[in-house]
Amino acid sequence: MAETLFDLAIIGAGVTGSSIAYQLSAYDTKVVVLEKMEDISFGVTKANSGIIHAGFHHKPDSLKAHLEIQGNLMYDELKQTLDFPFKRVGILVAAFNYEEMKMVEKLYHQGVENNVPRIEIVSRERILDLEPKLSQDVVGGLYAPTGGIIEPYRFVFALMESALKNGVELRRNFMVSQCKQKDGVFTILSADNQAVRARRVVNAAGLYSDEVSRIFKAEEFQIIPRKGEEYLLERNASGFPRHVIFPVPVKNSKGVLVIPTVEGTMMIGPTAEEIDDKEDFSTTRDNLERVFTLAMKMVPMISKKEIITSFAGLRPAMKGNDFLIKISDKTPHFIQAAAIQSPGLTAAPAIGLYVLDLLKQDGMELVKKIDHDPKLEKKPMIREFDFSDADKLISDDRRYGNIVCRCENVSEAEIIEAIKNGHHTLDGIKFYTRAGMGRCQGGFCAYKIIKILMRETGKSAYQLTKRGGNSFLLSHQLGEGKVDTPS
Amino acid sequence: MIEKKYHSIVIGGGAAGLSAAYEISKSGFSVALIEREESLGGILMQCIHNGFGLQEYKEELTGPEYAERAIAKMAGSGVEIITSTTVSDLIDENGTKTAHCYSAVHGALKLGADTIVLAMGCRERNRGNIGTAGTRPAGIFTAGSAQRLINIEGFIPGKRVVIIGSGDIGLIMARRMTWVGAKVLAVVEILPYASGLTRNITQCLNDFNIPLYTSHIVSRIYGHDRVEKVDITPLVDGAPQDEDTFSIECDTILLSVGLIPENELSCKIGVEINQDTKGPYVHSNYMTNVKGVFACGNVLHVHDIVDFVTEEARRCAVNVVDYLRRKILPTEFRIQPGANVIYLVPNHYVPGEEINLYLRTFIVKNNAQLIVETSDKVVLEKKLLHVRPSEMIKVRIGEKDLARLSADEFKDLKVSIV
Repeated sequence: MAETLFDLAIIGAGVTGSSIAYQLSAYDTKVVVLEKMEDISFGVTKANSGIIHAGFHHKPDSLKAHLEIQGNLMYDELKQTLDFPFKRVGILVAAFNYEEMKMVEKLYHQGVENNVPRIEIVSRERILDLEPKLSQDVVGGLYAPTGGIIEPYRFVFALMESALKNGVELRRNFMVSQCKQKDGVFTILSADNQAVRARRVVNAAGLYSDEVSRIFKAEEFQIIPRKGEEYLLERNASGFPRHVIFPVPVKNSKGVLVIPTVEGTMMIGPTAEEIDDKEDFSTTRDNLERVFTLAMKMVPMISKKEIITSFAGLRPAMKGNDFLIKISDKTPHFIQAAAIQSPGLTAAPAIGLYVLDLLKQDGMELVKKIDHDPKLEKKPMIREFDFSDADKLISDDRRYGNIVCRCENVSEAEIIEAIKNGHHTLDGIKFYTRAGMGRCQGGFCAYKIIKILMRETGKSAYQLTKRGGNSFLLSHQLGEGKVDTPS
Repeated sequence: MIEKKYHSIVIGGGAAGLSAAYEISKSGFSVALIEREESLGGILMQCIHNGFGLQEYKEELTGPEYAERAIAKMAGSGVEIITSTTVSDLIDENGTKTAHCYSAVHGALKLGADTIVLAMGCRERNRGNIGTAGTRPAGIFTAGSAQRLINIEGFIPGKRVVIIGSGDIGLIMARRMTWVGAKVLAVVEILPYASGLTRNITQCLNDFNIPLYTSHIVSRIYGHDRVEKVDITPLVDGAPQDEDTFSIECDTILLSVGLIPENELSCKIGVEINQDTKGPYVHSNYMTNVKGVFACGNVLHVHDIVDFVTEEARRCAVNVVDYLRRKILPTEFRIQPGANVIYLVPNHYVPGEEINLYLRTFIVKNNAQLIVETSDKVVLEKKLLHVRPSEMIKVRIGEKDLARLSADEFKDLKVSIV
């Protein structure tokens, strides 16, 4: 069978790769996205804190600062087009002494220089008025009303859905392991010997972008995973703030934040710890204590009793701490979009545009599609409906009346929609719909989702996984002898 | 949209809801019983082991048998049973209550009532709630969800199992997992004693030589895709002894680390929650702070035995009927926890009327003494052979005991266990 020759292969379907795919989908060109995992956004993006930064944290001369502020400004229009959970709730930096106020002043000037809109230094009285749950020990701080919160995975799902709708292709479970270049064409082989041919390649492989760069004989660099542990607290948490609250930053880290999530739960974290293992997603007792101590210094009402889950993410950091986005000096037609750590999510839309420009510079012919239609229709979610409107929704499709996840109010129809969009793991459905993300953490709904997945996909219970790979959910069936999980 | 009105709406078709709905309807009032699952019975339906009904029916039944008896009474009772229906909101407007419900069978329903009985039961605490360190692989289940998977769905979660917590469901599941061919390698309990009933320790662990590690914690979970191993660390005076940590290789972890009453719906109608029970504060008649809204069963406080749930719900229903007839609240005084008492229910009493009290204690003790007193007079002293946190204590303070107080001596009561 003659393989399609793609104009571009994007390696990695996190927020960076998906943003690039989204931009490219407006052009008459053949694009494929290669993702090593079972679902998109399952790498670095999944464990992101979900902050759209205002743009005062980074020095004006860095690529980061430039793309951060540009990215921030693109989010309103993106939300209009793609309908994902995003709110500009504003960011506060809380200072607790005179030295910290000095630092706040520095951040303010940096913000002004970066053109952060409406940024201001606030007094103790004003910051407590803006955020009554802050500790009385606060002395003042910084306020950036354009900062916001987002559900990072749902942003990625939306970007990719729009891209797929406009002709981009996606290959899941495609782990790039080899590459051959001949006559201006890359032949990319996966670990299980699938092949994809493309004229150009973008490396958006997150934690593994250093290895991908090596496979393509491009720049040598090292991604240093910087681990961040986060704690999720239940809905109606006592410390739930109105804004995202930052401490005054220390070297390399924006510190432990107190975050009201878009969907009404609350999050505190992350830690920042350089580690060696790119697959170490463990959390520790010591960091739990540390995160709570730091968060409670800012918001004393936060309670450990309200934890519903914890998780860890790894930032793909690099020496020098700036993004690495450029046309490779070593391998022709290979573009690096690597070392995208914080504020990568904020910058992602701008990174998409930036890479588009690099591709043009590299000689890629980009002609706008006449029939490009990026808009995604709003998908009904029973929890967002008024009771009277819900009646009509349920009359039209009864499955909206079957509430599968009681904690987050997710209906059977929404789960089927997730499955139709290619999310066939328990975590994929969770991130797409929120089913299993609430206070009981799937205790009541996991078996219901397993049954819906079996019915809709025709898979057996033993093929179903939490998040792909060998993360099988069940072992064998009662009365049918032992059926070993496939390995 | 379906719109209907009742004297009473009972939310939850488990042991508490079944008992309450039946009793209210027996007095001639119209009752709707709303259940989110397709069938009635609640969690009893997955509890296929025996040991239910000794108090209520004087015989030993399985969970489904116990439920069947309550469900059988529904036929001809006049209770309108609405299954496959989730209550999404509760509203109180000038004394009239409205329940907004969603259902794949009935569509949206708007049900009005004079009274509401909250009987939604409880949920299981999970890994996040106890903050266990480590990774987040597949293979971690709450004991109750594993019970559902095996007993109703027919799926077995894993083969080499470590159970965190020695609550009753965990103990029952240790035996159940063994019976379906899995190997239960350890039950790990943070407290110096088991949290479950003594009979379950004997019948579910000892009879199968399953090791119980008291004063131990699972300090870390390993595994990238699926659970691979846990670290277990002993505690001395509550402090982890890291150097004595040992590991067990396993593919499955079950959690039996406590239950939390499900009161998110209660809060929507303004019900005030007691942080000790995580259930509503209730008057002597099981009414919450919201007039006309009552609570009983595990949504009120976590019970150890279902028979007491049925009994409490019946008592609650009698009061619902009384309220529907008279709509007045008698003068009451508070009943407060004294020494060594975690919580007690109800939180109020009416002078002269007998009090049926459920409470739990912090202490494990033989020959303990229960004392009920006002600030200046002892009302009741009772010897208790054995007390422990896992076993609910039930006390009846009769009219005779209360006769020790003259009319002007009635005031707040304190209940202690020493």
